[in-house]
Amino acid sequence: MNKILAGLLFGLILGAIDGATAWFYPETHSMIGGILVGSSIKGMLVGLLSGWFAHKVQSTKWGIALGATLGLLFAFLVALMQHEHYLAIMMPGFVTGAIIGFLTQRTGAPSLAAKREA
Amino acid sequence: MDLNDAVIDHLRQVAALPDLTGTRYELESEIGRGGMGVVYAARDRQLDRRVALKVLDSALAGEAQLIAHLEHPAIVPIYETGVLPDGRAFYAMKLVAGARLDQHLAGAPSLGERLRVLRRVGEALAFAHARGVIHRDIKPQNVMVGEFGEVYLMDWGVEAVAGTPAFRAPDDRLSQLSDVYGLGALLRFMLPASAPPALRAIADKAMRADPAVRYPDAPRLLADIERFQEGLAVEAWSEPLWHRLRRFASRNAVLLWLLAAYAGVKFLLFFLRNL
Repeated sequence: MNKILAGLLFGLILGAIDGATAWFYPETHSMIGGILVGSSIKGMLVGLLSGWFAHKVQSTKWGIALGATLGLLFAFLVALMQHEHYLAIMMPGFVTGAIIGFLTQRTGAPSLAAKREA
Repeated sequence: MDLNDAVIDHLRQVAALPDLTGTRYELESEIGRGGMGVVYAARDRQLDRRVALKVLDSALAGEAQLIAHLEHPAIVPIYETGVLPDGRAFYAMKLVAGARLDQHLAGAPSLGERLRVLRRVGEALAFAHARGVIHRDIKPQNVMVGEFGEVYLMDWGVEAVAGTPAFRAPDDRLSQLSDVYGLGALLRFMLPASAPPALRAIADKAMRADPAVRYPDAPRLLADIERFQEGLAVEAWSEPLWHRLRRFASRNAVLLWLLAAYAGVKFLLFFLRNL
C-alpha cells in the first residue's frame, strides 16, 4: 500500500475514533454526527500530509514530530472556529497526529529516494 | 661439541621447518597447526608483503584448489600454490591480522557483534555450499576476526578431515547438513550465559542428531537469526504466550506509548472537566 493512501486510511479511522470519544460528553450528543465527520476530515488531512512526508522522508522521529504538529495545528483551527474547548480539542488532536505520523512511517512502501536516503 | 637435549630439540625444530628454496617466500614464524599441515607467517620477497603460508603434510594440494574457487569476502584469498623441494604442497594466502574467534570472544563482545560474526561465517558457508564445497571443520579456532571487523572462515577441509569432536555432527556421511550442525555448535559456543531462549533454540535445532530435522541449509538458519534480530518469532522455538506478548510490546513500544498518551490525555480531560 502506498504511504499517502495509508495516511488517509489511518487518518480516517483514528479521526473517527477521536471524534467518537465526544460521546462521553452528554452535551455533544446532538451534534455527534458533525463532530465525527469533522474529526474524520481533520484526521484525513493530517494523514494525507504525513503520508506524503513519509513517502519523501523515512524517519520515524520526524514523522511523529510532523504528525503531532499537523494534528495540533488542525485541532487549533477547529477550536478557533468554536471559540471554546481549546484544550479538549487540541491535546487529543496533538497525540492523534503523532500516532498517524508514526503509522505512516511504519506502513506502506516508501519512495525509492527515501529508501536511498535511509 | 656436546649434543645435549636442547641442541637436539633445536635441530629437530630446524629440520621440521619447510625448505623454501626456489620459492619467492622467506620464512618468519609458525602461526598454527591444523589437521592437514602447518601455517607459517612468511615474506613474499617479490611483492615485499607478508603472507600466510600453509605447508601441507602431503602432496595433497586439493585444499588450495578448493579454496581458490571460492571468492568471497569471508574466505581468505589464495595467492599462489606450489610444491616444496621435499615434495610437500604449499599455498600462500592473505595473512589476516586479528584474533581467532575464541580470543575475540574473550573480550566479551555484545550479542549483536557475536551474531554479526556468526552471520558472516554462515554467509561464507552458504556461498561455498552453493558451489558444492563443504567446510567439514567449523570451530572457533577456524574463524578469524580482523582488526577492522572483517570475518574469515579458514581451514577449509579436504576429504581426510573429519572435524573437531565438540563441533562435529554425528553423521555417517559428511554433507552440507554436517556444516549446518557445525554452525549451530559455533552459535552455541558464541552465546553468552544470558542469551535469549530463542537463540538457544536456533542452535539446538541446527544441532539435532537427525540431519532431517535440522535446518535444511545455512541460509535458513541465518534467516531465523535475522528474524530474532528483527524482533519476530523464530522458526526453531514455539514461544510461550507471555513471551510473545513481551516481544510484541518491545517491537511496538513507540506505538503503545503513543496510545497510552492518548488514553492518558482523554482521562485527564474527562476528570478535569468533572472536578
